Amino acid sequence: MTIEITVNGKTKTLVAELSLADLLQDLGMTKGRIAVELNGHIVPRSQFSSKTINNLDSIEIVQAIGGG
Amino acid sequence: MSTTQDRPLLIAGVEYRSRLIIGSGKYKDFEENLAALEASAAEMITVAIRRVNLGQDKDEPSLLDIISPEKYTILPNTAGCYTAEDAVRTCRMARELLDGHKLVKLEVLGDQKTLYPNVTETLAAAETLVAEGFDVMVYTSDDPLVARRLEEIGCVAVMPLGAPIGSGLGIRNPYNIRMILENAQVPIIVDAGVGTASDASIAMELGCHGVLMNTAIAEARNPVLMASAMRKAVEAGREAYLAGRMPRRLYASASSPVDGTFF
Repeated sequence: MTIEITVNGKTKTLVAELSLADLLQDLGMTKGRIAVELNGHIVPRSQFSSKTINNLDSIEIVQAIGGG
Repeated sequence: MSTTQDRPLLIAGVEYRSRLIIGSGKYKDFEENLAALEASAAEMITVAIRRVNLGQDKDEPSLLDIISPEKYTILPNTAGCYTAEDAVRTCRMARELLDGHKLVKLEVLGDQKTLYPNVTETLAAAETLVAEGFDVMVYTSDDPLVARRLEEIGCVAVMPLGAPIGSGLGIRNPYNIRMILENAQVPIIVDAGVGTASDASIAMELGCHGVLMNTAIAEARNPVLMASAMRKAVEAGREAYLAGRMPRRLYASASSPVDGTFF
């Protein structure tokens, strides 16, 4: 079974339901300062492992970059 | 020996020796940004919050690896937001990203050509953010009544523009800035419009508590040298303000005494 999610505006197909921590690992985002929104709600870092990604979830992953 | 008796700039309970806040946009690379930051002696630096590029090299350093949140006060901004909702969302993300850090720069823009603030959305976002416990430094127009309203809402600093963002036109309406200063109980920081060192001095001579700038340093031919110039300009303007300037006179006033002339 596959599920379809949106990560930073791009559609992504996953083979199984993962935790948010697994997804971030897959994306190579295990280090560095990021913040994650799941369907418009912030997920605290402490809940990355316990949060399961479901079909049609929309995820935003952000970082700090240069700006004025 | 310094003869000034200046107090530090106090923002949300934190004391800053520097009255200059710089940005981190438009630099060639992080190293140039850091060198400019050091030359400016600024203790606070703005950052933007944007999507992580999914294809990016995970070992590539990020801005906050180079400019340390342990050493500098990071001021996440809501640049690029055109609604209160987007600005509030950005601030919540920033707070999570920076481990509960409450200080934010609120800016809600009105249109792309002028980048003028959308004041009604700014007021709405400020109310929400203050209620959620954020310390809000707010970018706004140079309207004294709006500035006062933002202070009443509970913003920790009000930051009127000197001229449009990135325009380098200087302080276009010094009289409005003076009116804002007269009413203010919180720091007033000119944000946007500074083009060169004298503009920063003018802002400080008016009595502003600080100056925030990005493009004036980042787009200079030599950003690090300009950062150093801005440090001096802000200090010079502050000292001139504290010293109290002489009155303007239409006619001359001789500096040498008339008494004792032998001719």
